[in-house]
Amino acid sequence: MRSCRDITALVSQGLDRKLSLGERLAINLHIMMCSRCRSFQRQTRFIRKAARRYTEHLQSRSGKKT
Amino acid sequence: MLVKAGAKATGLLTEALLAEHRPVLFRYALLQLRDDELADDAVQETLLAAWQSASTFEGKAGLRTWLIGILKHKIADHWRRSGREIVTSDIGFTDTDESDSDEDDFFMSNGQWNGGPSAWNDPEAALRQQEFWGIYETCQNNLPPKMAQVFMLRELVGLEADEICRETGLSDANYWVIMHRARLRLRECLEMRWFNQSKRNKEKRHA
Repeated sequence: MRSCRDITALVSQGLDRKLSLGERLAINLHIMMCSRCRSFQRQTRFIRKAARRYTEHLQSRSGKKT
Repeated sequence: MLVKAGAKATGLLTEALLAEHRPVLFRYALLQLRDDELADDAVQETLLAAWQSASTFEGKAGLRTWLIGILKHKIADHWRRSGREIVTSDIGFTDTDESDSDEDDFFMSNGQWNGGPSAWNDPEAALRQQEFWGIYETCQNNLPPKMAQVFMLRELVGLEADEICRETGLSDANYWVIMHRARLRLRECLEMRWFNQSKRNKEKRHA
C-alpha cells in the first residue's frame, strides 16, 4: 500500500491534472482506510473553493467597478 | 471598449476571442496591482495593444500566454510611471530548486502523517464569516513568496499547470512539489488558526 505522503501528493496533482485510472484507484483504496488522507482530500477541495471566493472578495473590496 | 469590431480582420484574432481572456487577465493584473481600476486599465491597454498588433500573433505559444506577456509589460510600465522599482511584477524565477524540504515536517520517515489533518467542522459556514477571510489571507501570505505566487497563479488567476510552468520556468516535477507544499501549509494553517479555534470558541460559548 502506498504511504500517506505519496497518496496526498497524488490527491494534490488530481486538482491540477487528470489522473490515470490506476492513480484514482490507489487513492480511493487508501482513503477508504485512512481518515487523515480522506480529510486532506476534502480540505484541499475546500481550499480551492475558498481561493476562488477570496478572489471575488478581492475584486469587490478594492473598488467600485469590476 | 476595443476598436470597432470588423475594423481589422486578422483571421486569427477576433474581438470576442480576446474578450474571453479578460477575466483571467483582470485577476492576474489585480494580484499585481492590488487595485481594481489600475487592473482594469492595464487589461484594457493590453487588449487594445493585442488588437493593434494582432498580425504579429503567431498562435504558437497560445493566445493567453501571448496576452499575459503583453499584460506584464503594461504592469511594468505602470510601476515605472509611478516611480517604483519593479520588484513584484516579475513572476518568472530561475532558481527552481527550492531546497527547503518542508514536506518532512508533515510526514514521518515512513511516509505516514506526522500529526496530520483532523476533521473540520462545517467548512461551508466559514465561507460566510468575515473573520475567516482575514485568517485565510494571513495563511496565504504566510507561504514563502514563490510558493504563494505559483499557488495564486493557479487558484486565484486560474491558469492551467502547463501555462504556469511556461510562465515561471518551473519544471513539471517542481510545479507539483510546490503546489503540494502550498496546500499542505495552507491546510495546516487554516486548521490551526480557524477550525481548531472555532471549536474552542464554541466550547467556550456552551460552557
